[in-house]
Amino acid sequence: MNFFRGAAVIAAKDLRSELRTKEALNATISFALAILLLFSFAFDPDADMVKQISGGLLWLVFAFSSALILNRSFAREVPNDCLDALISSPASGAQLFLGKAAANYALLLVVEAVALPVFGIFYDAHWTRQLGLLVLVLLLATWALTVIGTTFSALTVNLRLRELMLPALVYPALVPALMAAIQLTNVLVGSDTLDRENYIWFRLLAGFDVIFTLLGLAMAETVFVG
Amino acid sequence: MPDGAATVQIEGVWKYFGDYPALRDISFDVEAGACLALLGRNGAGKTTLLRILGGLSRPARGRVRVLGGDARTASVRERIGILGHGIGVYDELSATENLEFHARLHGMRDPRAVALHWLERTNLLPVRDGLAREFSRGMRQRLAVARAFLHEPMLMLLDEPFTALDDRAIALLQSLLAGARSRGATIIMSTHQLREALELASDVALILRGSLAYRGERTPEMLADAGWLYRHYGEKE
Repeated sequence: MNFFRGAAVIAAKDLRSELRTKEALNATISFALAILLLFSFAFDPDADMVKQISGGLLWLVFAFSSALILNRSFAREVPNDCLDALISSPASGAQLFLGKAAANYALLLVVEAVALPVFGIFYDAHWTRQLGLLVLVLLLATWALTVIGTTFSALTVNLRLRELMLPALVYPALVPALMAAIQLTNVLVGSDTLDRENYIWFRLLAGFDVIFTLLGLAMAETVFVG
Repeated sequence: MPDGAATVQIEGVWKYFGDYPALRDISFDVEAGACLALLGRNGAGKTTLLRILGGLSRPARGRVRVLGGDARTASVRERIGILGHGIGVYDELSATENLEFHARLHGMRDPRAVALHWLERTNLLPVRDGLAREFSRGMRQRLAVARAFLHEPMLMLLDEPFTALDDRAIALLQSLLAGARSRGATIIMSTHQLREALELASDVALILRGSLAYRGERTPEMLADAGWLYRHYGEKE
């Protein structure tokens, strides 16, 4: 079976499962919106403050709420020993990883697509002024979140305390990507122009994505089979 | 796989859980077309061995060849069918969606047709669009059997296949196993239900505390007296 077709079959199954139950999606969107709402009441930020905190606020919301979707990714395979059925199928560990990651990526992008306009309304932020570049940051940083989260979701799937272990493992590993995403989002939402120094953060994000995607694909077989 | 070669070759396999050796130097072959009953008490290592044969785990030491290759190669795994303790179907998907998904994973040409064919064979066609979580236990078991057999595997690995099955599912499984043997498939099943297993088996392996205690053909003595093997080769109480 073609490598990408196998991954697509797994991704389609995960998306179908999630869209039918909406367990993780509803919880994640509710959580993200609740944090945005609470912060807007807590700080009542003016335009200058929004410029300073928009990146940090958005990416903390995305990172923390994503844990719900990432946890469900492999936890969904635990009842009925579905993970064994997947691992024993002709799909390779790398296909399984990529399929799961693709489904998680799509779900996280949906959460961000809902949360961003709400952020704009609550904080009176003009986030669409450099929409193209902001979308690029979202795509790159969300993929970073996805590959790290999917890898650790697979590693922790059989742990009793996986809901606690996943964030403890994911967030430290994500620090470089989150720093880059926060810096770039601050500039783009604050309507500043990107200078040469800012492009280093783009390169960092792209490099992070490539390295951890390759690592995830290479380690998948060991993670699943030992 | 060359003609005459064993379907399964196990050489000096060890497996540890922590420091505890769950399998100790297991070696035996299973010929093509054989039906091997893998016997042993709880914790003997039967499931561990089946998991290694199915590519779900790796041995710490030793070598395993399945259908002429490594169990983790895709070409080998697409010819293995596993029916384990869990049914391996998704509660939130319909019966058709579950079987279609597994047919797609096995690269089958018309996954929808395959799914419908197996739903018909397992008498689940009338509830094809029902979610698995809404099924009775017996229906879920039949769906699991369909999932394990739909790609017509040449090696079936069954872990306690008759446990918790209802009469209809047992009859279905027995007929599918007979069909698999008639097309030359090899069957390895671990079980506590000695009588049912010995009636189906052509060969027997007995594992005691991770070590192979007996490996040979099933004999008339075993069939006549299901406890014969344990009395002659089992641990003394």
